[in-house]
Amino acid sequence: MEKDRRHPNRLGIWGWVGGGSWGPDRYLYTLHRITGLGLLAYFLVHVVVTSSRALGEGAWEASMARVSGPLFVLGEYLVFVAFAFHAINGLRLFFAELGWGIGKPIEPIYPYRTCLDDQRPWALGALLLIAVLVVVGALDFFVWH
Amino acid sequence: MSNGNLPEQIVFRIRRFAPGRDKEPVWKEYPIAYEAGMTILDGLWKVKETIDPTLAWRASCRMGVCGSCGMLINGKAGLGCNTQIAELGTAVVTVAPLANFPIVRDLVPDLRPLFDAHTALSPYILRADTAEQEEPTREYYQSAEQMEAYLQFSYCIKCACCMAACPTCATDPVYSGPVALAQAHRYNTDTRDDGFEVRKEVLAGEVGPWRCHFAGECSRVCPKGVDPAKAIQLMKRQLVADALGLRKKPPLAQPVEKPEGIERRPGIPEAPPPTV
Amino acid sequence: MRDQKLWTWHLAAGAIILFLLGLHMAIMHLDALLGIFNPAGGHPIDWANVVARGQSLAFTVTYILLLGAALFHGLYGLRNILFELDPAPPLKKALSWVLILVGVGLFIFGTWAAWVGHQVASLT
Repeated sequence: MEKDRRHPNRLGIWGWVGGGSWGPDRYLYTLHRITGLGLLAYFLVHVVVTSSRALGEGAWEASMARVSGPLFVLGEYLVFVAFAFHAINGLRLFFAELGWGIGKPIEPIYPYRTCLDDQRPWALGALLLIAVLVVVGALDFFVWH
Repeated sequence: MSNGNLPEQIVFRIRRFAPGRDKEPVWKEYPIAYEAGMTILDGLWKVKETIDPTLAWRASCRMGVCGSCGMLINGKAGLGCNTQIAELGTAVVTVAPLANFPIVRDLVPDLRPLFDAHTALSPYILRADTAEQEEPTREYYQSAEQMEAYLQFSYCIKCACCMAACPTCATDPVYSGPVALAQAHRYNTDTRDDGFEVRKEVLAGEVGPWRCHFAGECSRVCPKGVDPAKAIQLMKRQLVADALGLRKKPPLAQPVEKPEGIERRPGIPEAPPPTV
Repeated sequence: MRDQKLWTWHLAAGAIILFLLGLHMAIMHLDALLGIFNPAGGHPIDWANVVARGQSLAFTVTYILLLGAALFHGLYGLRNILFELDPAPPLKKALSWVLILVGVGLFIFGTWAAWVGHQVASLT
């Protein structure tokens, strides 16, 4: 059997983050992945921490006291930001990945128009909505309390 | 020859690999004289003819229709024949073999993973009337609108640039990739084809479009405007509808009978008999 | 279940979470602006507010629904990410089982906590 003399050439995780091609939609994908993982990590702990309400007021107050320091408040704000991004971008992806808002098949005539061009207004709208939520969230977390 | 603002000399920085000689690919630099209108492919020929005859790459048509010369040019996947050195705007042009495929030698990738994924999705018309397929006697009727539903995706030249750009293909060898998936959709949407159920068996599993997350890099780099990302999302809609039992099977294109009572105009010769 | 069905569920769960978690975020973090479902005033996590929400069966049921949807959506997403890193087939099987166990375990635990919390709130 011929010895395999080929050299492996997969980009690995570098391919998730950049890979040499730097389209904006790739960054929405990367951020969606990072926020998803962050939200999951927070959520798994959150279920356990908030379960203390089953043990009555004392247990609840104790567990809330543990997670109320300024670092925790900042962390919760970041979770809120991650949610804002993941949810609104997720809504955009819900429609796009079911084939809505990505344009119809066309005769490709150079310069080529792709589904990313058709998606661009939705992506920008989503980013705008996320920005609004981030600002309102910041006000609620740090100013109005 | 005056080049205006363009440089007299360009440095080609090429990722070389010779099996048996090198353990790892190495970067080598080759300064060549630049002339207006040179493509990456022209540059590679210059390097081979004037500096290093051992440089290896794939190329054939040199006009963007065969899909042989896919490579990473300044980090971005593209065709060597289609990419002007001038449009890159850099004094050093970095050329590397297409990412996510094993390297055979220098700029030559082993595209067998692509061909295997492509073949697994039956990229041809599947229908029950195989006798008509083998010995055609008439045309299948397809309207212009029906053809437009898949025409864009039929322009794929299998250059694998999309596979090199895809973030999922960067880590996952199981994922079919944009070529195979877009071609599966091209045939699923072709009204002459009846193979949706056959392809669905493959697409329903982990090789299907489920690990596409719409980063859209495939469509960005495609040199033929095939827009595989669009094909994949449209295919997901079909497959989700199918999972929910909501998919309506489209009507299959039927053979058209020869029209009756048509008189051939005088002076027009008969077609020669088929040679195949 | 094959990925075609699992991914459809993933999307459906995402839509459910968008609504229910959006509501949860509005209650918890947009209280100064909206002030919904915090009848006792003060902070949303004050015991009085927790009790007020806990007394509602509808709230309890939607919390359990959110818990299930979020666990499925998050753990299936994590499975996708891990599988894209190309683990060996036995590791893939093991990962699937670990994620299923974590998901089911946390779902049972969270449902218990929600239900008992509802009982405790109803008695307050």
